[in-house]
Amino acid sequence: MTKDKKGLSALFSAKYRGRTASYTLVILAYIILEVMRASGNLSSLFTSLLVPVTCYIVAAIGLNLNVGISGELNLGQAGFMSIGAFTGICVSGRLAASVPAVPRLILAMIAGALLASLFGFIIGVPVLKLQGDYLAIVTLAFGQIIKSLITNMYLGFDENGFQFSFVENTCKLVPGGKMLLNGPMGATGTQRIATFTVGVILVLVALVIVYNLMYSKSGRAIMAARDNRIAAELIGINISATKMLAFVVSAGLAGAAGAMYGLNYSTLVPNKYDFNTSILILVYVVLGGLGNMTGTIISTVVLVLLPELLRSLQDYRMLIYAIVLIVIMLLTNNEWVRTRIKLLQKSLSGGRKASAGKEDGKEAA
Amino acid sequence: MKNQNFMSKAVAAMMAAAMGASLVACAAPAASAPAASSEPAVEAQAEESGSSEAAGGVIKIGGSGPLTGGAAVYGNAVKAAAELAVAEINAKGGQQYELHFEDDAHDPEKAVSAYGALKDWGMQVSLATVTSAPGAAVAPMYQEDHIFAITPSGSSLAVIYQDPDNATGAYGNVFQMCFTDPNQGVASADYLAAHTDLGSKVAVIYKNDDNYSSGIFTKFKAEAEEKGLEIVYEGTFDDSNASDFSVQLTKAQSEGADIVYLPIYYDPASLILTQASQMGYAPTFFGVDGMDGILTLEGFDTSLAEGVYLLTPFSADATDDLTVNFVKNYQDKVGGEIPNQFAADAYDCVYAIAQAVDAAGVTADMSASEICDAITAQFTSMTFNGLTGENVTWAETGEVSKSPKAVVIKDGAYVGVED
Repeated sequence: MTKDKKGLSALFSAKYRGRTASYTLVILAYIILEVMRASGNLSSLFTSLLVPVTCYIVAAIGLNLNVGISGELNLGQAGFMSIGAFTGICVSGRLAASVPAVPRLILAMIAGALLASLFGFIIGVPVLKLQGDYLAIVTLAFGQIIKSLITNMYLGFDENGFQFSFVENTCKLVPGGKMLLNGPMGATGTQRIATFTVGVILVLVALVIVYNLMYSKSGRAIMAARDNRIAAELIGINISATKMLAFVVSAGLAGAAGAMYGLNYSTLVPNKYDFNTSILILVYVVLGGLGNMTGTIISTVVLVLLPELLRSLQDYRMLIYAIVLIVIMLLTNNEWVRTRIKLLQKSLSGGRKASAGKEDGKEAA
Repeated sequence: MKNQNFMSKAVAAMMAAAMGASLVACAAPAASAPAASSEPAVEAQAEESGSSEAAGGVIKIGGSGPLTGGAAVYGNAVKAAAELAVAEINAKGGQQYELHFEDDAHDPEKAVSAYGALKDWGMQVSLATVTSAPGAAVAPMYQEDHIFAITPSGSSLAVIYQDPDNATGAYGNVFQMCFTDPNQGVASADYLAAHTDLGSKVAVIYKNDDNYSSGIFTKFKAEAEEKGLEIVYEGTFDDSNASDFSVQLTKAQSEGADIVYLPIYYDPASLILTQASQMGYAPTFFGVDGMDGILTLEGFDTSLAEGVYLLTPFSADATDDLTVNFVKNYQDKVGGEIPNQFAADAYDCVYAIAQAVDAAGVTADMSASEICDAITAQFTSMTFNGLTGENVTWAETGEVSKSPKAVVIKDGAYVGVED
C-alpha cells in the first residue's frame, strides 16, 4: 500500500486495467462475503457454495487461457480436475496425521497441479504438433479415460504402507487403515479442509499466473500463434512449445482447483468429473468471453449460483436456468444490444479512444 | 467507474443477467414460499432460530434426493411416499409436520447446497438423502449442526460412519432405514450357501461404477469365499454399456454358471433377463433389493422374471393391511405407479420419526439440536413396525436391524421362500 501516485495511476492505464478489474472484483467480493458471514447475514446455502465457486473459477480461468488465449479447444478440463482432486485427496489422506490443515491443503493443491500438468504435458507432446482441432478430440477422450481409470483404481494406506490394485479390489488393510481411492465409490471420509480464504487466494494466484503469462513475451507468442500461425512460424516462434505452455498451465490450474474441490467434500465420486462437467466449465468460459478473465469470473459465479438461488422455484428451476442461458447467449450476440453497450461505453469514457480492448486478448465472439 | 473501455460486451451483459437473476431469486421466496415460513431465508441462519416462529406447532422435516437426472425415479418415489406419510399423520391430528424436499440430482455438491437450503428453511428433523454418495457428503454436516437424520435408502456405510473402511466413528445422529450394502451381500451369500439346491457355480454381473452394486458385490465375494461358494465368473458393466449384456451372459454360460447373481437395479436386470432368454440360457437369477420393481417395469415381459429370487424388505404384493393401504394411497397420489422399496422405506422413515417424536414428547418449539438428542435416544431404544419389517431396531451407530426376506417370483407375484 505504499505505492506512489504514478504507480497507482498506472493501475488504471490501458495496459493494466483488465488486471486491476479482476483483482478488485475478487478482493471486494471476498471482503463483502467475509463481513456478511461474520455478521451472520450469509445464508447456509450461500455459505456452502463459496468454496466450489472458487474452484470452478480457477478451472475456468485455466481453460480460458487455453481456449481464449491459445485458441485450442479443450473438452477435458474435468479430467484434469479429476486428477488434481484425487491426487489432492490422497496426499491429504496420507499426511492427515502429521501435517496441519492449511499447509496440507496447499501441499495437496501443489501435488494436484503438478500431476495434472504432467498429464497435460504427456498428451500435449504429440497433439500440439498438429494443426487443427485434434486437441479437442484427444482431450475429450482423455476425460473419459481418466474417469474410467479412477473408477477402477483402488489405493489403500495402512501402517505397512500403500497398497494398490486395479479393476478388482485386493487391498487387505489392517484395522485402522484407510482406503484413499475406492473404485467407483471414489474417496470417502475425506477431511474437509478447504476454506473460502484459501480458495480466494487460489483465484488470485491463478489470475497472477495467467495475467503475467498473457503479458509476457511468451504470452504474446501464444496469441501470435493463435492469430496467424504461418506468420508466427515465419518470425521464429516455436508454435507447439508456446501452445504447450498455455496447455500445461491450464491443466495445472485445473488440477489445483480439483484438489481444492475434492477437499471441500467428505466424499467424491469419479463420475463427478464427466464430460458434462467439462462442457459446463467451457460454458463458463464462452459466456464470460474468450480471453476475458473478469468475464469468466463473473459468468462462473452467476452460472454456479443461479440454479441454487432458483431453488425456491422448485420444479421450474431447471427450466428457468435453461432460459437464462439462452437469453445470455442471444444478448451477447445481438447486434442491437452490442451497439447500445458500445454507445454506453463511449459516452461514459468521455470520448477517450477505445484502444485498450485489444490488451485483453480476443473479445467475446 | 473507470474501466468501461476494456470491459467487453459480454461482461456487461453478464452483469445485467446477474442482477436480473438475483432479483428473480430474491423475489421468488416471498411469492412462492409455502404458508409456514414467512421469514426471509437469511434469518434462519443458525439452526437454533429455525424453529423460533410459532407456526402452529409444525415440526419441519427436510430431505433431499434426485428429483431430476438419471436417478430421479428414486427421489420422486421417496418424495411422494414421504408426502403421503406426512399427510396421513397430519390427518390423524396430534403433532403436525411439514415436509420440504430439495433436489440434489444425485450429486454430492448439490446435496450440500440442498442441505444449506434446508437449513435456511428451518429444518428440524431430516430424511437425509435418497442416494448414498450425496448422503456421505452431508452426513458430517448433520453431525456438526446436530440435526437428526434418517435416510430411507442411502445404504452405503459412508452415510453413517466417518471411517467406512473400518466401520468406526459413527456419526451417531444419522440413521438408516434400509439395509447397508455389506449386509445385503453377506445375506445373499449366506442364503446361496445354505441352499445349494439352487446351484453351486455362481456368476456375478455387477455395475462397477456404482457404489451400491460394487459395495454389495465386494462383501458378497468375501462371504462367498468364506462359505465355500464357487464364483466362476465376474462380469462388469457401467453407465456407458448398460444396454448389451450378451458378452457377460455368454461368458457366464460357457463357464457353466447355474446361478447368476445380480446385485444391480431392475433396469439393467430386466435387459439381462431378456437377453438370457433370447440366447436360451436359463440359470437361477438371484437379485437384491434393487431388483424390486422389475414386475412393474413398463414394456417388460414379466414371464421372463419367473423363478427369479430376490432379497427385499418390501413387496408391494403383500396382503397385510398396512401394505395394501399404502399401495392404494400411493397409487392414488402418483397416478397408478406401484411403489418400490424406496417409497416404502421413506414412508417408514416418516412414521418412525413420528413414533419417536410422540414417545419423546418432542414439541415444535424445540430447537433442532434438542430434538436430535430426544429422538436419537428413542431410536436406539424403540422397536418399530412398518412396511419394510416387523420389530425393526437401530444400533447406536445408526445401522438398522431387520431381516431381508428372500422371495421368488411365481406367476408374476412375489412368493415368500421358507428359510
